[in-house]
Amino acid sequence: MQVEHVLELNDIVVQFGQRTVLDHIDVAIEAGEFVGLIGPNGAGKTTLLRVILGLLSPNHGEVRVDGKSVRKRNRAIGYVPQKIHLDPDTPLRGRDLVGLGLDGHRFGVPLPSRKRRARIDEVLEAVDALRFADAPVGRLSGGEQQRLLIAQALLTDPKILLLDEPLSNLDIRSAHEVVRLVGRLGKERGIAVILVAHDMNPLLGHMDKVLYLAEGHAAMGEVDAVIQSEVLSRLYGYEVEVLRVRGRVLVVGGRDEEADVVDLLGGFHCGDHEDVMNS
Amino acid sequence: MTTVLHYVFAPGLLQSEEVLHAFLVGILVAVISGVVGVFVVLRGQSFVGHVLTDIGAAGASGSFLVGVNAWYGFISFGILAGAGVEWLGDRARNRDVATGIILSFAMGLGSLFLYFDTRFTSNASAPMMVLFGSMFVLNPGVIPIVTFTGLAALVVLLLIYRPLLVCSVNPEIAKTRGIPVRLVGILFMILLAIAIEDGSLVVGSLLSTALIIGPPATAIRLTSRIGLASVLSAGIGVVATGLGILLAYDSYLWPPVHRGWPVSFFIAVLVLVFYLLSRLWPERRYAQGAGSARREEVA
Ligand SMILES: Nc1ncnc2c1ncn2[C@@H]1O[C@H](COP(=O)(O)OP(=O)(O)OP(=O)(O)O)[C@@H](O)[C@H]1O
Ligand SMILES: [Mg+2]
Repeated sequence: MQVEHVLELNDIVVQFGQRTVLDHIDVAIEAGEFVGLIGPNGAGKTTLLRVILGLLSPNHGEVRVDGKSVRKRNRAIGYVPQKIHLDPDTPLRGRDLVGLGLDGHRFGVPLPSRKRRARIDEVLEAVDALRFADAPVGRLSGGEQQRLLIAQALLTDPKILLLDEPLSNLDIRSAHEVVRLVGRLGKERGIAVILVAHDMNPLLGHMDKVLYLAEGHAAMGEVDAVIQSEVLSRLYGYEVEVLRVRGRVLVVGGRDEEADVVDLLGGFHCGDHEDVMNS
Repeated sequence: MTTVLHYVFAPGLLQSEEVLHAFLVGILVAVISGVVGVFVVLRGQSFVGHVLTDIGAAGASGSFLVGVNAWYGFISFGILAGAGVEWLGDRARNRDVATGIILSFAMGLGSLFLYFDTRFTSNASAPMMVLFGSMFVLNPGVIPIVTFTGLAALVVLLLIYRPLLVCSVNPEIAKTRGIPVRLVGILFMILLAIAIEDGSLVVGSLLSTALIIGPPATAIRLTSRIGLASVLSAGIGVVATGLGILLAYDSYLWPPVHRGWPVSFFIAVLVLVFYLLSRLWPERRYAQGAGSARREEVA
């Protein structure tokens, strides 16, 4: 039986000058699948998203959405940036921001209509943001803004939702809420989700698959199959060790000078925060 | 009754062609400045606004030397500067340094031009016109083109309203939606230049940013709806400009010399008064947002 893939990356190569950032990457993602894109700084996670979004054309390889090869930006892909920077006094309400997902690319001034309002209310409710929908966006917390940005992306009616480090400004609790929300929306609406994160721990138990990037190489599959010392050592090109401590995953570098760097990726941050919270 | 009317509308007010022109152009400038200004606040570009004013002033000073109307000097330098600033770079730091350098060069050029204007041409009043505007002495020849560029800027702004809003909120989202972010940025700069330079011609380069910054600052204290803020901002600008013209016309009867007070003075004072009044307005919108949130959580 052949599985329909909503997104396929075939043999993607991206070079910046002499440097190969993505080195023959193959990825296939099914509808409704929740994929965590994990990797150290500079591994090429953002670059990979930019290729999928059509903002960067790869030196080699192709992107297929719904079986069709795409070269440019694609309507079927929704994008959630990490953060928006708005002054607290900015005259923009949550629902205005979300409404931009509906018709922000069109010419002219948005005319209020019952249908428009209903569609905006529907996604606001889906991300549980109705209660702060009329507050100025610049006054909302990082987690609240994140929900609005997700609602905004949902209104573009995407088959694939890309989120670049949505958790990095959030505390542990908001991070878990956003992960749970995105997981639920993906399942309910059949949207494939790719969520970029440094630390895979908040995603454990929620993501269907992990896509691990390191040194230009990728490994994708179930968490238990990919997050293995042998698999990750092959990606990094040197010995790394995967440690599981109290239900959390740590990736520890084997080479002395790399040890700290890789160590941090595995979830030291996470552990620190949780200790603080527990105490 | 008629005495009251006479008091408000000094005799001959609406018979005077200069005054009608002042109302027409002044109100148009106020509307554009008000709406553009809301986006200036949203995009954090007030500094660029000041830069365009000063560079436009250099252009206007130069225009007296070559014997064309000041408007051509304002607008050509303003648009070039606006497009230049946008083209210079995306990185904010880089941009501020580059802008600052261009700015000081333009100021130097402007002072040289003004020096020549007063020394070697018959335009001893050039500095006055550049700095304080020429609301009541507008050359009828430029009124059609000022009106046309102003209306065109307004139409274009309403056309690109939504894409501009997306770009202002987050350029990355805009790019993924297929909006040409660079082009929209340059287009907005040109609109800003038109608003500022048309304003400079009328109320002078000292004050054209007052119409860009003051009314939006007032409007966003009253509402957090972007559409309503744009309308309010334009409205406040129109009222300040209209009243300013009335008062300036009346001031021909005032001491000390019965020669009239500058209209820009009245507009500046009114803009400030409106802003101060808006500060009396309770900060209802935040309290409301939080309050309704709490109510729903309880429910
Ligand atoms: N436009 C570009 N020109 C040159 N080099 C680039 C460009 N974009 C990215 N790079 C390089 O490619 C590498 C991968 O960058 P990328 O932003 O994709 O990493 P990342 O995995 O998202 O890292 P982070 O976790 O820090 O966000 C980096 O070394 C970066 O310097
Ligand atoms: Mg990145």
